[in-house]
Amino acid sequence: MKRAGFTTVSLPVLLLLPQLVIIAVFFYWPTVVALQSSFYLQDPFGFGSTFVGLQNYIDLFGSREYRRIASFTVVFSLLVTFFSLAIALVLAVKADKVLRGARTYRTLLMWVYAVAPPVAGFIAVIMFNQSWGPLTEFFGFFGHDYMVGVNFNDTAFSMILASVWKQVPVNFIFFLSGLQSIPRSVREAALIDNRSASGRFWDVTFPLLAPTGFFLLIINITYSLFDTFGIVDIVVKGEPGNNPMTLVYKVYVDGFRGNDLGGSSAQSVILMVLVLALTIFQFRLIDRRIHYT
Amino acid sequence: MSRITLTSAVMSLALTTAASAQTEIELWHAMGGALGESVNQIAENFNASQDDVRLTPVFKGTYEETLTAGIAAFRAGEQPHIMQVFDAGAATVIGAKGATIPVQDLLSDNGVDFDIEDYISGVRYFFADSDGKMIGMPFNSSSPIMYYNVDALEAAGVTPPATWEEFQETTAPALAAAGYIPLAQSHLPWIFTENFHSRHNLPFATNDNGYGGLDTQILVNNDAIKAHFTALTEWQDAGYFEWYGTGWGDNQTPFEEGKVAIWLGSSGSFGGLAQKDLGFDFSATYLPYWEAVTSEPKQTFIGGAALFAMSGKSDAENAATARFFEYLTAPETQVLWHKETGYVPITEAAYEMAAAEGYYAEQPAAEIGIKQLSLAAGENTRGYRMGFYVQIRDVMNREYGRILTGETSVEDAFATIEEEANQLLSRFAQTQG
Repeated sequence: MKRAGFTTVSLPVLLLLPQLVIIAVFFYWPTVVALQSSFYLQDPFGFGSTFVGLQNYIDLFGSREYRRIASFTVVFSLLVTFFSLAIALVLAVKADKVLRGARTYRTLLMWVYAVAPPVAGFIAVIMFNQSWGPLTEFFGFFGHDYMVGVNFNDTAFSMILASVWKQVPVNFIFFLSGLQSIPRSVREAALIDNRSASGRFWDVTFPLLAPTGFFLLIINITYSLFDTFGIVDIVVKGEPGNNPMTLVYKVYVDGFRGNDLGGSSAQSVILMVLVLALTIFQFRLIDRRIHYT
Repeated sequence: MSRITLTSAVMSLALTTAASAQTEIELWHAMGGALGESVNQIAENFNASQDDVRLTPVFKGTYEETLTAGIAAFRAGEQPHIMQVFDAGAATVIGAKGATIPVQDLLSDNGVDFDIEDYISGVRYFFADSDGKMIGMPFNSSSPIMYYNVDALEAAGVTPPATWEEFQETTAPALAAAGYIPLAQSHLPWIFTENFHSRHNLPFATNDNGYGGLDTQILVNNDAIKAHFTALTEWQDAGYFEWYGTGWGDNQTPFEEGKVAIWLGSSGSFGGLAQKDLGFDFSATYLPYWEAVTSEPKQTFIGGAALFAMSGKSDAENAATARFFEYLTAPETQVLWHKETGYVPITEAAYEMAAAEGYYAEQPAAEIGIKQLSLAAGENTRGYRMGFYVQIRDVMNREYGRILTGETSVEDAFATIEEEANQLLSRFAQTQG
């Protein structure tokens, strides 16, 4: 077989250059700077600085508070990922069966996708307003004095609810297209073999959806770790206080609010390592076991 | 049509020519909403008052965002001429020697008379260095004071409490019986920690509250403040005190709604409250104190923010900045700012002018902040200077929140605050190395 290729080395390099420059300037350079400043404690204005070696990391791992935030982040991410995926899957399976007015349903279900995270957070703040929020009154009806910004669990619930609500449409779109790409012949064959709808779903549809589901799992973990920043920021109203927060928000609180560049850089490096681990996990472990059609 | 175009072209040309002869200076500030409009008003008045300098105010977001934006700009060599920095950021900006020009030097180098004694006593030294030299020009100065719903206190048959003992034994039970939540406040670190120490003349940190050096240790883990927070939890249980979270507004709203009878807020909240149609009369008085701690309550110190002249500008630009500061401290400007916003006038002359105009006869509550800032001073009343103080406040807010939601005990919370604050202070000392 004949392979097409470049005759010279310079042309492909030239064509790749713009992309490489962008990656170097916007990804590698900040990474190197973050890594470097994580070993220093420096005056924010850039006058003084002290090399402290691994002290920033030691302080972080020794901090009870940082461990608390890390465990909250894990719980938060798991809950957001699970519920956004589960709700979206249910909606997609149901929408897939709708014949009449299907487009309207789908459009309505996708609508929320257009809402920016801070706006989603703001909607949550309004819904859970301490004095007149409709959802606060709803909980009050059941005798629970719902207090966002006061009660840790109530605040966490608001964040999770807003984050899930915001993410369901994305997952819905992917699940729906995944469902529609399952060949009709496979479904019909399944129909002959198994009369139970739920049995058919778990035995045939679900495994065939696995590539989509796995892709979404990674997307959703990343979303709940990083993109929920806007929601967290709006729900806590910029005042961390005794409110729950995620690791990414902590980077912002220490770096941009408190001007602790060294400590904040060390936290960014920890998050980078986390993402690296997630990526390796994605490509090495799970990718092989999932059969892409 | 063509004539209009021509006229506007000529006008814009004229404007450009005029502008080029002027020195342009920029002010980055954190005053949103109505406060921002007052800043714009002052800038317009200043620009109209003379032809040599043109000041452009730029709103940069919250206090924290403004400071961060200023730092980033400074590192890129694009800093504004004047930057507003809030109380908790004072150590950061003053610690970075070379980032700013001390306002006292700026004024005297440019031939403007400066005497720190012209300023109201509680205003003088917060933004000063250890020698008492003023580094930042106090701008929006406020102090925590006690607002109360006059109708509620009348209904309960009580007068505003002077001491916390009186509040606990007389005021709160009567207000609770009259169907009110007696007390709320909007800023636990500022009102119940920093100014608590000043009001009771207790040391807040070693090294003369941190002004004396970088190896400072916080002294917040003391019996007086722990007793105060223990009392708060008891009042909370008895229905005498309610905490609505760390957000300022969440605690102010119930007062405005008439649910809370006494609210501790900023003297700068006066302007906003006076403009609202609250449906009840309100007034204000001094922050109560514990008679068990002191029989001679002292002044509080200023919160709010100061204006810092950034370094790295030409002599002409520095002269322009000095001219603006001179304009800003003039009694007329201060009185306008004071009346529009509720922030205190920073000089004695401005205070006397507002009094001579009869402003306080009409609005006695507007005077409380100044009077409280002018009470007797003590050795621990000038303020505090601690690095990474934004995070220290965050730690306080977190632990106080946990006390008030029953997640931790007063004893554990203050031990944690002390430990984490001291760690932050020693980290800050290393950033200055």
